[in-house]
Amino acid sequence: MADTAVKEIKEKKPLLGKKERKLLLDPLNDNNPITVQVLGICSALAVTSMVLPSVVMAVAVTFVTAFSNLFVSLLRRKIPKQVRMIAQLVIIAFLVTVVELLLKAYNYPVYKQLSVYIGLIITNCIVMGRLEAFAMANKPWPAFLDGIGNGLGYGAILIGVSVIRELFGKGSLFAGTPIALNIIGPTSDYWINTTTNPWFSWYVNNNLMVLPVAAMFIIGIFIWVQRTVNPKLVDAS
Amino acid sequence: MNNRYIIVFTFLLTSVVALSLTMLRQATEPLAEKNEELFTKKAILSAVAKYLPKGKDLNTMSPDDVLSFFDNQVQAIVVDASGKIIRQEGGDEIDVAKVWKEPAQEREMPVFIYDNAGKKYYIFPLRGKGLWDDIWGYVALDSDLNTLVGVSFDHKGETPGLGAEIKDNPHFAEQFAGKQIFDEQGQFVSVVLKKGGAAPGDKHAVDAITGATLTSNGVTQMLKTGLGWYLPYIQSVKKTQG
Repeated sequence: MADTAVKEIKEKKPLLGKKERKLLLDPLNDNNPITVQVLGICSALAVTSMVLPSVVMAVAVTFVTAFSNLFVSLLRRKIPKQVRMIAQLVIIAFLVTVVELLLKAYNYPVYKQLSVYIGLIITNCIVMGRLEAFAMANKPWPAFLDGIGNGLGYGAILIGVSVIRELFGKGSLFAGTPIALNIIGPTSDYWINTTTNPWFSWYVNNNLMVLPVAAMFIIGIFIWVQRTVNPKLVDAS
Repeated sequence: MNNRYIIVFTFLLTSVVALSLTMLRQATEPLAEKNEELFTKKAILSAVAKYLPKGKDLNTMSPDDVLSFFDNQVQAIVVDASGKIIRQEGGDEIDVAKVWKEPAQEREMPVFIYDNAGKKYYIFPLRGKGLWDDIWGYVALDSDLNTLVGVSFDHKGETPGLGAEIKDNPHFAEQFAGKQIFDEQGQFVSVVLKKGGAAPGDKHAVDAITGATLTSNGVTQMLKTGLGWYLPYIQSVKKTQG
């Protein structure tokens, strides 16, 4: 008997097709959470005085954003709208606590250095922002990728800012890690010793770089450069 | 979605989250506690870092190495405000932050006595207030209980590059070696951080941190008050030394 009902062919979505790659790559430039969406600025100002805490923060935020996107997307039809935000907060807080417990157990020195800021990931606008803007209306795998993409975009800016701040504020890079580079400073520990090197005797560390205010200036400059260079972001006026 | 669904959903969500976090915490607790102990004991030993036996470097010792070294070579006694030794051990389990808030007669303060082949060093934990939040540290005195052999500082929220230098800059701590807390007449004068730099040869002052006056003042105060609380004990030991 002829079956008149049209069988809906369920299209199998590729794991990393064009759309999926867009989710991962857009937040790095065109839709960067910090410079374009203007989210997550607070932690970008606070932790970027050195590269190491910035890297750890970026990894932590990527983990939390990706998995909270995943969980919320999986539950998106089940969460009652009356408790939507509360449920989202519970999931975010759960993931951040997991990060904190793991750091305490497996990398105590970093945990000590980042103490308050890890807990503050709960309040990081990027996490809640992506849950509301994406995870509540999309499937789990794309939501997960969106979370990773935004985490990476956030991380890229954090590392960019921290490299500038640590280099000009302390004369080193990756201080506190096994690959620490002491580049310019007043003692012989540094590659360029400003006390003995005649070319650089005038050089002093820029103390403004050590304060969060410097991050604000640097991010402002990033936004400016990005909006000039990226054709999609140039103001139509 | 009716009310019953909302209640059941919320209850289930929070229960699952609470249960998993509890399990994870229990699983990681032993590791976390060991890390915390290691961190504190390393901070205490770094005040005498230069006087560890040959071949032992705090930067290269394994965690178990540090902990067993501490257990064997350091005696953590507890003294009260009058200088009397209340307990011969258990000093390492005391929460110094709590003690500092208690009134004098209730205080039980730890003193860490490091024994290096018969020579004793006395390490005193101190707490104070920096610019933004708490600061703390350990001051190690030589067996004469007058000359400093080393210090180690930490803080909760001082500014990196400024107040945080008390911890991050090794040269800051190095200044304290050789300074004395008693003057020629035997009066307790502690060690002060002088803004603008200490006069060379001044045994009771070190350079304050440029741009971090308030944190430096906090350290000066912490040393004066904290060591002052240990004075009865210090003087009683000096008496027995004759």
